[in-house]
Amino acid sequence: MTEIVVIARLVPDLVEELEIATSGTALDLAWLRLIINEFDNHAIEQAIILKERSGATVTIISPEAEGVEDMLFTTAAKGADKLIKLTGVGEEKPTNLSMAQTLAEIIKEINPDLVLTGVQAHDDFTGDLAPQLADLLDMPYVGYISGISLGDGKATAYKEYPGGILAEMEIALPAVLGIQSSEEPPRYVAISKVRQMMNTASIEDRDAGVLETDSGVVIDRMYLPEVADRAEMLEGDEEEVASKLIAILQDLGLL
Amino acid sequence: MAVNGIQQSLPFTAQFKESLLKIPEGENIQACLQCACCSGVCPFGFAMDFPPGRMIAWMRAGILDEMLKSDSVWMCVSCYACTEVCPKDIPITLALMTRAKEEALLAGNVPAELQSALEFSQQYGNPLGESSRKRAAWSEELDFEIPIIRKAKRPVDILWFVGDYASYHPRSKNVTIAFATLLNKLGIDFGILGPDEFSDGDSQRLAGERGLFEMLAEKNAKVISRCEFTEIITTDPHAYNAFKNEYPQLGFDFPVRHYTEFLVEHLDEITPLFKENGKAKVAYHDPCYLGRVNKIYDAPRQLIEAIPGLELIEMAHNKSTSLCCGGGGGGMWLDGFRWEKSESRLSEWRVKEAVAVNADILAVACPYEPPRFEDAAKAITGAEKLQVKDVVELIVDAIGN
Amino acid sequence: MTQDIFLLIEHIQGQVSDISYIMAAAARELAQNEGDSVIGILFGSGAEGLKDSLAVDKVIYCDHPTLSEFTSDAYKRTLISLLEDYSPRAILFGNTTLGADVSSSLAAHLKFPIINSCLKISDSGGIISQICGGKIMVDSQLADKTTLITVNPGGYKPEEGQSSSSPETITFSPPDLENLKVQLTQYIEPEAGDVDISQEKILIAIGRGIQTEDNIELADELAELLGGAVCASRPVIDQGWLSTSRLVGRSGKKVKPDLYLCLGISGATEHIEAITDSKTIIAVNSDPDAPIFDIAQYGIEVDLFDFIDPLLEQIENAKND
Ligand SMILES: Cc1cc2nc3c(=O)[nH]c(=O)nc-3n(C[C@H](O)[C@H](O)[C@H](O)COP(=O)(O)OP(=O)(O)OC[C@H]3O[C@@H](n4cnc5c(N)ncnc54)[C@H](O)[C@@H]3O)c2cc1C
Ligand code: SF4
Ligand code: SF4
Repeated sequence: MTEIVVIARLVPDLVEELEIATSGTALDLAWLRLIINEFDNHAIEQAIILKERSGATVTIISPEAEGVEDMLFTTAAKGADKLIKLTGVGEEKPTNLSMAQTLAEIIKEINPDLVLTGVQAHDDFTGDLAPQLADLLDMPYVGYISGISLGDGKATAYKEYPGGILAEMEIALPAVLGIQSSEEPPRYVAISKVRQMMNTASIEDRDAGVLETDSGVVIDRMYLPEVADRAEMLEGDEEEVASKLIAILQDLGLL
Repeated sequence: MAVNGIQQSLPFTAQFKESLLKIPEGENIQACLQCACCSGVCPFGFAMDFPPGRMIAWMRAGILDEMLKSDSVWMCVSCYACTEVCPKDIPITLALMTRAKEEALLAGNVPAELQSALEFSQQYGNPLGESSRKRAAWSEELDFEIPIIRKAKRPVDILWFVGDYASYHPRSKNVTIAFATLLNKLGIDFGILGPDEFSDGDSQRLAGERGLFEMLAEKNAKVISRCEFTEIITTDPHAYNAFKNEYPQLGFDFPVRHYTEFLVEHLDEITPLFKENGKAKVAYHDPCYLGRVNKIYDAPRQLIEAIPGLELIEMAHNKSTSLCCGGGGGGMWLDGFRWEKSESRLSEWRVKEAVAVNADILAVACPYEPPRFEDAAKAITGAEKLQVKDVVELIVDAIGN
Repeated sequence: MTQDIFLLIEHIQGQVSDISYIMAAAARELAQNEGDSVIGILFGSGAEGLKDSLAVDKVIYCDHPTLSEFTSDAYKRTLISLLEDYSPRAILFGNTTLGADVSSSLAAHLKFPIINSCLKISDSGGIISQICGGKIMVDSQLADKTTLITVNPGGYKPEEGQSSSSPETITFSPPDLENLKVQLTQYIEPEAGDVDISQEKILIAIGRGIQTEDNIELADELAELLGGAVCASRPVIDQGWLSTSRLVGRSGKKVKPDLYLCLGISGATEHIEAITDSKTIIAVNSDPDAPIFDIAQYGIEVDLFDFIDPLLEQIENAKND
């Protein structure tokens, strides 16, 4: 049976206003509300689609965070088979490399054919998790994937290249793939099904061990960009305004 | 009446029927005459593969599985028009249509717009996907402060349950501000839950997400049971319906009234405040969950009639025959879907009725309606001058500053 | 470790991507001292000529049939081999669907630190990154060993990284590229069918202000000139002037283009909640109080019918320059 592992992370919810901690070099956790990384949600959906299509065991691994149990039970209601929570992650965000090292150890035990996760997470500053994981697992990596079919010892996947061009890729298994979008949008599961899972499914806790928070890169400062509360109005007659608009488009590299 | 999903092992139709029979008065379904009054009166009956009467017929024939494959149930706006006319008192909206939506949802047949509203309700406690921390942000525009009960740590007379659209929608917020202004003027002792308030969940329930409704109800009940107050008042008929008819079944019993009932009681204090007011013809639209479902037809009309200069007129459909604005039963989150299926919008139909009776103002008493009708008025010829106002806005306008 | 700044040149189907020029501009800022070189890394097959327009001091060129188009495994292997010979201060990668496929993986392999999403280089040579969808800025400094950096577009203009003097080439022989685990089997050109507005980079959005079906032509023309697609608010869709797949909003699609240029849209909440992830919103509306101006970065208060013709004309001129 095909084994698929999905890494699912919670990230700061951008609907909420973000605040900077008094240290000035990190996000203020008290203000953070977390939400599943959208790309990871697509990775989960893609795994379930593969399972429905040709059979697979799907294991979801998530670093602990507020709300992670609910998120894991939701994946079970969608069809995930095994749920693993990484405990002892701590408050400070570890580097992705050290997170990848911890995850790689657990993934090796499962010995999967395919590891899926979101291609990026918007709060990643210390590299992207998926390609780091691939290197540590000595597996090939391809990101920006929007569709996978599994064959004998290989996967055929569709990757976005610049300019909206899609490329068909052949990847030897086992492999790590960074998902941009699942073949179908992530499904909805009724809360009653999630609540049922809360009573029947179980989450295995795994200790994260020691996680490194220093990547060697010195963060001087984190801050909020200045945003105007109203549009900057372009003044002048139609001709003048048109040329101002063109200058803006050129500045933005759109012309 | 939490009826869970159908177990796969038994034929769907039999299971579905059994679940209906467990709902109070559900056994009336067996007495259906197939008179088709329900399907005829249904505002979207023409666009449904399975209007209620046909659903019952196919259920009798044991072939209702077909319905799950159709997205017909998502046309139902939960307006109770069918329930109102059924000669056999069959709980069509409450039981048949709502259960059918629950089944469609469990089967994963959910239009994308609705899905995001349901996900938002889970994540943020409101279907608009707005930050729950900003639930009381509308009150920043006032020149007085409204106590947030948990922070004020004191009993209040009135716990004002504000509701989702009334808290967040830019148009509905004006109604909320008008009501706050009036309460303040009347010297009423009131408070709100602010960021602790969750969606009442009623529209999610009517859109088939019973589990989500229960979860939201539990959260609200937990917060409210920690507050000391005399009664709950709300401007939102859906919240009113939830507190009055649905929460008690889950064991959460709180006294509640709609704001129109509450203000009628205070008319003696309000009347002296009225100033000279222009003249206008006002057609009042009965919201389904105030009128047909909870039989409050007179209070809003009494308020309108008390306002100087306003003449109350009736549209072709009024009181128990009122036409749904289209926002019920998840309609606020199915606008695109329903337009695609039917190329019609109930709000536009209603605005045409207001134009037909030469109304200057279309008055409403539900936060879903001002945005919907104002929107519709832009698309209807002859409605260019039609104003859409909530009853409380009419009162506050007539009082002036 | 030398003080040289490297960058991985991106190209596809014989065309150097804009991000390569943007990186060249950033690398120049990062190479602070006289004598520090900016060096492009170019992989390809008979592609040495691609270096010509880049404002870099030197190019290390590696030629191999397998390197003609980007694939992560071949690129990673070649980079690892190359970095046995070189030890630069920093290596820049595009934070693109290509650069991000190798940068982090290489960093993990060589245990080099990596900084994501660099937008600009500060005057003091620090890295200014933009994370959390642009809602958070981070100022950081290179680590004390070779540091990899992924670069977002937007901080520099491609012209700033272009030059007409051809850089010197250093050739590098490829490592063993047999038994690769990732192969590109074919490019699939986007289908001719209807566009997916949620994926478009440039959107021209029209609202009730467009008035008649015939006027949609104006928006089409504008979209064609800018290389984007036309989408709309609900009244336009209701009229049947565009298909529902072009509806933006609560009842339609959520969009996230680089440019959302809206013509005659008032900015109702059901519409704007679906456009807030756009990088730049520019609104054209004759009503100075239209709520759309509250969320747009740039506003133009004019009658759109007086404005479109001069705009089309000037864009055409700008493109011909
Ligand atoms: C439940 C529900 C769901 C909805 N879902 C959506 C949705 O998904 N998407 C959506 O778009 N809407 C949706 N709506 C409708 C929404 O509320 C607005 O009515 C709609 O977005 C308005 O479109 P508009 O801005 O084009 O039109 P209007 O609001 O009429 O604005 C037209 C604008 O054009 C300007 N204008 C007119 N002439 C000119 C000119 N010559 N030059 C320059 N400017 C001019 C005017 O000043 C005005 O600001 C929904 C509504 C409801 C109730
Ligand atoms: S109105 Fe009542 S009795 Fe008549 S068809 Fe409908 S459900 Fe049956
Ligand atoms: S509740 Fe209203 S919309 Fe639903 S079936 Fe009955 S009449 Fe039709």
